[in-house]
Amino acid sequence: MTPIGYFMALSAILFAIGVAGVLVRRNVIVMFMSIELMLNAVNLAFVALGRSVGSMDGQVIVFFVMTVAAAEAAVGLAIIIALFRNRETVNVDELNLLHW
Amino acid sequence: MTIDFPPLALILFFPALGVVFNLFYGRKAGRGAVNFVGTSVIFLAFAVALWAFAKLRMMPPGGALAFTLWPWISAGNFHVDIALRFDALSAVMTLVVSGVGAFIHLYSCGYMAHDEDYARYFAYMNLFALAMLVLVLADNLLLMFVGWEGVGLCSYLLIAFWYSNSEFAYNGRKAFITNRVGDAGFILGILTIVGALAAHGVWTLSFVGMNAHADLLQPVAVTAALLLFLGATGKSAQVPLYVWLPDAMVGPTPVSALIHAATMVTAGVYMIARLNFLYRLGPDAMQVVAIIGALTSFFAATVAIVQSDIKRVLAYSTISQIGYMVVGVGVGAFAAGIFHLMTHAFFKGLLFLCAGSIMHALEGEQDMNRMGGLRRKLPITYTTMLIAALAISGIPFFAGYFSKDLILESTYTSGHIWLWLLGLVTAGLTSFYMFRLIFVTFHGESRVASEKEHHIHESPPVMTIPLIVLAVFSIIGGWVELPEGMIWGGAFSRFLAPLVAGPVTGLMARPAAMAGSNLSPSLVLSAVATLTAIIGIGIAWIFYIQVPALAGQFAESMRALYNVLRRKYYIDELYDLIVSRPLFFISTYVLHRGVDVMVIDGIADGLGLRVEESGEAVRKVESGNVQHYAFVYLLGALAVAAYYVYLVIR
Amino acid sequence: MPLWLFIFLGVLAIIAAFGVILQRSPVHCLLALAFALVDIGALFIGLGAVTVGFLQIIIYVGAIMILFLFVIWLLNLQAETDLGGHLALKFFGAIAAAALVAELFVMFLSAPATDSSRAVPTGYGSIESLARVLFSDYLIAFEVTSLLLLAAVVGSVALARRMPSVSRTERVTNEASKNLGSARP
Repeated sequence: MTPIGYFMALSAILFAIGVAGVLVRRNVIVMFMSIELMLNAVNLAFVALGRSVGSMDGQVIVFFVMTVAAAEAAVGLAIIIALFRNRETVNVDELNLLHW
Repeated sequence: MTIDFPPLALILFFPALGVVFNLFYGRKAGRGAVNFVGTSVIFLAFAVALWAFAKLRMMPPGGALAFTLWPWISAGNFHVDIALRFDALSAVMTLVVSGVGAFIHLYSCGYMAHDEDYARYFAYMNLFALAMLVLVLADNLLLMFVGWEGVGLCSYLLIAFWYSNSEFAYNGRKAFITNRVGDAGFILGILTIVGALAAHGVWTLSFVGMNAHADLLQPVAVTAALLLFLGATGKSAQVPLYVWLPDAMVGPTPVSALIHAATMVTAGVYMIARLNFLYRLGPDAMQVVAIIGALTSFFAATVAIVQSDIKRVLAYSTISQIGYMVVGVGVGAFAAGIFHLMTHAFFKGLLFLCAGSIMHALEGEQDMNRMGGLRRKLPITYTTMLIAALAISGIPFFAGYFSKDLILESTYTSGHIWLWLLGLVTAGLTSFYMFRLIFVTFHGESRVASEKEHHIHESPPVMTIPLIVLAVFSIIGGWVELPEGMIWGGAFSRFLAPLVAGPVTGLMARPAAMAGSNLSPSLVLSAVATLTAIIGIGIAWIFYIQVPALAGQFAESMRALYNVLRRKYYIDELYDLIVSRPLFFISTYVLHRGVDVMVIDGIADGLGLRVEESGEAVRKVESGNVQHYAFVYLLGALAVAAYYVYLVIR
Repeated sequence: MPLWLFIFLGVLAIIAAFGVILQRSPVHCLLALAFALVDIGALFIGLGAVTVGFLQIIIYVGAIMILFLFVIWLLNLQAETDLGGHLALKFFGAIAAAALVAELFVMFLSAPATDSSRAVPTGYGSIESLARVLFSDYLIAFEVTSLLLLAAVVGSVALARRMPSVSRTERVTNEASKNLGSARP
């Protein structure tokens, strides 16, 4: 009943909000959360498209994306912890050792 | 007819051997060995030359001996070989160079006996002999130019022999650079000739070949002749490129004798005689040659009469005498010019060696004002030098009389009356300054510095024997060319005749007179010339023997003129002003500061600086802020998406 | 799924997403994110991907979000006090995001419209059909993913452990000398 295009549109909006979050927030954890939001927006798009074609491929891909997102979240958070131990901050503006 | 004669190569081989030995083994072998090898190789070359001369005399007139060493250039139709040609003209030159040269080498053994650098000296002297012999034996213009450059190099090396003295080194450079200017003209002359011949498909530079196609050279004859003559003015020290020769006197005296009197400076005259077929095609060029020769001759003589350095007097005398030779070939009397070249080698070489003998006795003193009364102390030197002075003054039966007389006569009979008059006056000046030299140096009271007074001694035999030999030739050397009808008449001219009168299709202003037109005018001219010479000697006698103070008073009353002459007409200063200074200015300010520093360094350094600056600008991109990087990614993604949008819209 | 349901869930998701990026306290952001993820899980189920939807809620919300929460507590992060700095970046970032949305809209809405009520094969979205495809067509990817998880485990442990300030040998030596020093003859 709802056209698949609407799902895609919603996915696009959520993706864009995630992008804005990455650019706007200074807290590294919140940036990370925005990235998770982007991943989920893409998952939504995959499922919707898979449904429109009628195959299971979309869901399988979502399955893998979730797995990888979990692994990435674990490693990323470990990095943030290590970073916090060294620098005492999670403010992205102060994490600029690769500055020229 | 031409006969192949391989031993010609020995004439070059022996001096080359000397060079190699003296250069690489001289120091180790010791002074005696160097003296022996350095001198004997030249005597050996002279012996081979005599042998070749004997063979040449047995051939009909116009014959030649030839030998090709190896091919040099072979480009399409253009072939130039390292080839030697021993015809009448090169025979005369070779005998003079090797003969006089041999005795000067012998003299050097004694003169340079206290110098540490004997090996280098003899190596350079042998190298010079090699180059000069290449010059006179070459059968083509290009090989002759190789010898031409070679003698220029050796002249530089030997002038600046005692290079630790910066003034000597400077004079060596001055000689080389001045010669180089002349050589540029020479090269342009060669190119003009090649161009003219090549336009008709003839690709040769050998003298025989060029002579055979002489008609093709008609259109460029004057240009080529004058360009080549520019080279001659450099090498033979004529106006305007003579300025190096007086300063070249800082070299060892045997060098002055050999290079700057007897041989190298005569190369220009030889070149003109060799290429007489070219010069005959351009009478205007010959006119220029004759005028320059006469002017140089007169002008140098005027400077010589007031110089007090004994070697400088002889240097200006050389310039003046070569002027005579140039006049000779300029009026068409090529054989006369070569004849004077030969006699000049004898008496001028002798004069320099005698000067060296005096300097040897006075421990290097060159100022005539500090000499005097040496007649009794240096008898052999005095006698031989007197003979040479008589020869150069043109006193009858001495060598110079016959050759100088022939030139003056040819000048008169070919219609150049003004040049003849100039030559006559110069002859008077010549005898004047020559006997001024004799009287001041050998006669009167001794003005020698007291500490040197006791050491005055005659030179050792190794030095006096060459003096005696050259003195003998200064007497008999002129007897090969006697006036028509006397004994064997003009034997010398007849010997050279086939070469200096070739098949040419050009016209000349007046017919050349190599022998007198008829007897009486010739005798009159001869008498006039002799009288002028004797008057010159007489005036010198009055000034320097009878009334010694007269010379000083004369100089005082004409102070300004005296100074001008003494300072050589300020020509050196003039050249410095109009040539050297502008050149240095351009080099320093325009080329160095302007082009080199500002433009070239500016580009090179500027390029580096720009790269650095751009790097500085670009590195600001690395902010270290992750969000900045993410933003750039986003922009990229937007661009890709925009492309798809564009596809969708279409 | 019925349109009204979709619009309801969609609006909630968008509000939650804005909440993620606009809240001051990290914990509030996290709660908003969890809400958004549950919402998306519901959308999955509505599209017929039942397995994936539940997996989403269990794994994503139940594990990953809890992990985030633990880290926030561990680092004792406080709410951000000011929102300053790099205003230019924020401004242009927002504009760029809006542009991205616009472009994506253009692309998606020009695609041929498909109805979500289109017929799907039986068992669509069930565990059985998911497993069938997973272990046949995507087997290699499946195995590689397990390797990936192993690497992630090892990596995160290695990255997050405390590095001792003295090396192991030093520590042992210090301990030993302390013991020895305390032993008196």
